[in-house]
Amino acid sequence: MNKMKLETQGERYVVVTRRFEAPPDEIYRAHTEPELLQQWLLGPEGWTMPVCLVDVCPGGKIRYEWTNGKGAGFSLTGEFIELDPPRRIVHVERMHLPEPTPDNRVETTFVADGTGTLMTMRMTLPDAETRKAMLSTGMEHGMEASYQRLESRLANTPETACA
Amino acid sequence: MQRSLDSTLGALADPTRRAILARLAQGEATVGDLARPFAISQPAISRHIRVLTDAGLIVQRVDGARRQCRLAPEALSELDQYLALLRRALEANYQRLDRLLLANKKRRDSAQ
Repeated sequence: MNKMKLETQGERYVVVTRRFEAPPDEIYRAHTEPELLQQWLLGPEGWTMPVCLVDVCPGGKIRYEWTNGKGAGFSLTGEFIELDPPRRIVHVERMHLPEPTPDNRVETTFVADGTGTLMTMRMTLPDAETRKAMLSTGMEHGMEASYQRLESRLANTPETACA
Repeated sequence: MQRSLDSTLGALADPTRRAILARLAQGEATVGDLARPFAISQPAISRHIRVLTDAGLIVQRVDGARRQCRLAPEALSELDQYLALLRRALEANYQRLDRLLLANKKRRDSAQ
């Protein structure tokens, strides 16, 4: 099962675990090569990442810019702290909403699990003010759109079994 | 605490239940009102409402012959909302990554 698990750890951290059906070096590359990142690190459906700059070395800079193609967009910048291919990535990141959020330190590890990889990502839980800023952005950019899609889809479907 | 977070996140994992909450964010509604936009059976909606009630996200009151539902005050803390949003964004990303990995594997297999 490749189901994602997301848990809070104390009051300061969020830990996400997820299994992927590919070996660690492939998952590591998917997290560090722009042409791969641009295909999956996109958030809500309909968004693209036209700018993806990663200087993959300790101290190297990260810059992602997303757009929904309708004038809305936001960006994330960061720096790599530690890189241990294909096992571990430590970086800091901040979102620009457009005011920068406090730095979030993210530690990502990849461990071989049979023919696949178990990824564990541990990040700092943003403070209440930052969460509020992210929520209003997220609501605006993602959630409303997905509710609308859901409603239009269900309205066009006779009897659906989504219980 | 952990258990209540789990049941909250479980309740929020379903798109129909999220849509029910979005509707209730606009104000109180009867079970019939909630069922209407979805074109699914009333028993199915009632099941979703029970899950949301058990998770403490909504409360019901009897109004004559009808049951009125509304969001439980403070039920969905801003932390829960944030974690639900994060979960949704990550799930979408990782499902795309799954598809990318599968496509790459197929390309490699057919090149052999």
